Amino acid sequence: MTVVFYIAGVVAVIATLLVITRRNTIHALLYLIVSLFAVAVVFYTLGAPFVAALEVIVYAGAIVVLFLFTVMLLNIGRESEAEERRRVRPVAWIGPSILAAVLLVELAVAVASGATAQVGARAVEPREVGVALYGPYAIGVELASTLLLAALIGARHLGQRQHEHDIGELAGAGVAAAGPQGGGPDAGGPAGGPADEAGEKAPAEEPEPALVGDEEPEAAPRTTRFWRKDEP
Amino acid sequence: MAHVPFEYGLFLAAALFLIGLVGVLVRRNLIFVLASIEIMLNAAGLAFVVAGSRWGRADGQVMFIFILAMAASEVAVGLALALLFRRMFGSLDIDEASRMRG
Repeated sequence: MTVVFYIAGVVAVIATLLVITRRNTIHALLYLIVSLFAVAVVFYTLGAPFVAALEVIVYAGAIVVLFLFTVMLLNIGRESEAEERRRVRPVAWIGPSILAAVLLVELAVAVASGATAQVGARAVEPREVGVALYGPYAIGVELASTLLLAALIGARHLGQRQHEHDIGELAGAGVAAAGPQGGGPDAGGPAGGPADEAGEKAPAEEPEPALVGDEEPEAAPRTTRFWRKDEP
Repeated sequence: MAHVPFEYGLFLAAALFLIGLVGVLVRRNLIFVLASIEIMLNAAGLAFVVAGSRWGRADGQVMFIFILAMAASEVAVGLALALLFRRMFGSLDIDEASRMRG
């Protein structure tokens, strides 16, 4: 089993390197699945079988499939590959790679200077994980469920926004188109009554505020029209 | 069970994390950036599991489950944003987002 750990670790590192260097998105995601499987094997050899199963089911089975769905939904093809080749020049790899290598060496030195200990001496059974998860970490489970609910609502909202926008524009255009035709007679009926009543009452009493509000929209276009006539 | 030194497990986690970091820094495609973030989160979970296995406790695996939930929610929102990004800019290049449109 010790040999399995080293082989899986090497496979994980190589597959992850291939993930970030591929230009084709689908190839990169398939290498990502290989990398996650390798990490799952590492988990199993370290005595964490429950987490190894979760890695395969959730990471490789759900998250990467979500990536693949999105890539197919976006219809990423050759032009994206060519654009990626144009955007990411080989020179761009130098700086981040050097910095990451320096950090890796530093971390290796820092870790190696500590006390040596064996890992994976005892398998932690799923039963223990469950007892810990629903015992002292119960509030964490609640928070994780809240986070997942928030992500669900957020993803739905983000995916829905453009659609609602289209519907809003269509509804706005429909109202604007139906306004002069359909809205006119309906609005004219009730408006005619008060206007006639107001015409009788207006000489005797002060004009009501609602009457002024009704008159203003008609008056405003006329003034602008006169201005346009006068100006040239 | 494997009997490997504790350092090697942490070293593997650090290597995976830094590969993901290089991917975030170098790549310009939004899908690749999200995948690199997934790699980094996975490496952090690996470090937790290695540490939990070092002391034979279940806490590391519990933390990995929380990281898993966070990664799942992050990728759901991130991919919804990728769809929106593509619709708005016609491309997945994250440099397009540096242009502001009032």
